[in-house]
Amino acid sequence: MFLRLTTLLAGIFLLAACETAPNATGDAAGTSASGSTTASSSGSDAAGTGEMTINEELISIGDRVLFGFDSYELSASAKSVLDDQATFLASNPSVRITIEGHCDERGTREYNLALGESRASATRDYLVAQGVNPARIKTISYGKERPAVIGSNEDAWRYNRRAVSVIN
Amino acid sequence: MSIYISSHTNIDIKGTQMTATPMISIWTHRLYIALAILLLSVSSAFAQADTEIITITEGNVEPTPIAITNFIGPDGLPTDIGRDIAAIISNDLEGSGLFRPLSQAAFFDPPSDVTETPDFADWRPIGASALLVGRAFYNADNMIEVEFYLWDVLRAELIAAGAGSVADKGKRRISHQIADVVYKKWTGDDGYFDTRIVYVAESGPAEKRIKRLAIMDQDGHNHIYLTDGSSLVLTPRFSQTVQEIAYLNYYNDDPNVYLLDIQSANSELLGSFPGMSFAPRFSYEGKTLIMSLARSGVTNIFAMDLATRQTTQLTNTPFIDTSPSYSPDDSQIVFNSDRSGGQQLYVMDKNGGNVRRISRGKGRYATPVWSPRGDIIAFTKMYRGQFYIGVMNVDGTGERLLAKGFLVEAPTWAPNGRVLMYFKQNPTNTDGSGGESYLYRIDITGFNERRIITPEGASDPAWSPFLP
Repeated sequence: MFLRLTTLLAGIFLLAACETAPNATGDAAGTSASGSTTASSSGSDAAGTGEMTINEELISIGDRVLFGFDSYELSASAKSVLDDQATFLASNPSVRITIEGHCDERGTREYNLALGESRASATRDYLVAQGVNPARIKTISYGKERPAVIGSNEDAWRYNRRAVSVIN
Repeated sequence: MSIYISSHTNIDIKGTQMTATPMISIWTHRLYIALAILLLSVSSAFAQADTEIITITEGNVEPTPIAITNFIGPDGLPTDIGRDIAAIISNDLEGSGLFRPLSQAAFFDPPSDVTETPDFADWRPIGASALLVGRAFYNADNMIEVEFYLWDVLRAELIAAGAGSVADKGKRRISHQIADVVYKKWTGDDGYFDTRIVYVAESGPAEKRIKRLAIMDQDGHNHIYLTDGSSLVLTPRFSQTVQEIAYLNYYNDDPNVYLLDIQSANSELLGSFPGMSFAPRFSYEGKTLIMSLARSGVTNIFAMDLATRQTTQLTNTPFIDTSPSYSPDDSQIVFNSDRSGGQQLYVMDKNGGNVRRISRGKGRYATPVWSPRGDIIAFTKMYRGQFYIGVMNVDGTGERLLAKGFLVEAPTWAPNGRVLMYFKQNPTNTDGSGGESYLYRIDITGFNERRIITPEGASDPAWSPFLP
């Protein structure tokens, strides 16, 4: 169990580290990068082949943005991640994505479904404003149904308030 | 199933014609007075309290001691089926918190002829205020013949009696109906034992929990899964006929409101909308379904005519308006909205006009549900990291909090408007343990909180209306 947990957290920190990479002072990413160097390298090694899949490429530039409590406003660091996503989509014109909106568990189920939809829509709208064809983007809200990080604590909640771009 | 006994229709009475005796009305009065005093003291405590102090209403009601004998056969001896029926009735009444079934070990010889007036001197010494006796046995057609007599021990009077016959599978239901009669005669309120619960059964780890719709009797028996867990399902709600369930289904990764026919277990997509439809709830007259549609970052409330499938938009704001619930006369709708910044409760006319905010306390308010009695609204409240289940008057005054927890959510009313059910979720630990969610119910005076036992985790309960 402990091993599984470590792997899971390593994955999360990897994503967090990637997200902050373009903007070291990003408010959305937190301070967990200290543990991420080793996690990051082990994560890369796990790919094995050395050739990144298109999914891995998206993850490496940052596949997710984080939100404040009960908010769907995109932070400066979130916009920076989405700028990179827009560039990625421009150079991979056949790629279509689904943006999944998620919430932490500190809200009621129906309201969180709506809030997740607002987060996914805000993310989509930003990408469209950067020139991505809206026909390439689907959105879906999972509310609080699919946490990325397990745990009832501020750290977990912060990483669960997210919009994740997934290649279809 | 043929059931002649019903707490909602006239009881088929053998022997004397029974009406509510003056004594019963007096007792009913006493109970009300006791509750009124209780509520009075609670509200005055609220008035004096610092507004920062969250007071949980904790009622305390003295339960009525009742002797429930095993039902007997034609030979005057208890039957197996009679023991089962007595146990089901006893469990219902005990679970309500308003009755205290006495231990059968203390009973004198139960009467061998239930049609005769019992010797009350046998029952007074053990403290019984009420006595329920009856017969239950299989007849030549292999049907269960049931009859019962409810006695007021102190007044030495027959209060209710009834008879019926059911097939074997109707055993539990006829027992619940007898318990409903006892409950109604003693409290003045309709009983809620002959009702069902639909909820979301939860299994698997928190990050990919499997959720299935399940239906069961209010006491947890006759449990049946309605969906197979292949797609995520949430927030089921009964139609007034208790034949259909509206719920959210993520079928094909396209979350929308579906209508499930309980008999066939078939589901049907309700309309086709751009965006996500969710938060369904039926009107009381049953012809309309109200729900939210989320699209482009905005969530508004719509009503759908179930016959024509035409939708009417009721709110039009750039905010989140969701969790709508009709008043019992279908003239008004309560919902939650973040239009003022945080989630608060609002009431509007059924056509969307005359919107006014009703919640005024601190914190965020969500999942409002109008009581079937019409007088109060139950809700989930979030304040300083805690969740609460509470009730308030329809104008927002008289807020009372009944239950609290790390996460308590989604109150649903028993059809008598006297009991609330909701779910409670434990915190999740970083190792993945914890996070279990279970169903609870509580009397609206704030006492008798009890867990409903389910085979696995449980959330999003919906209590059925009275069964037809």
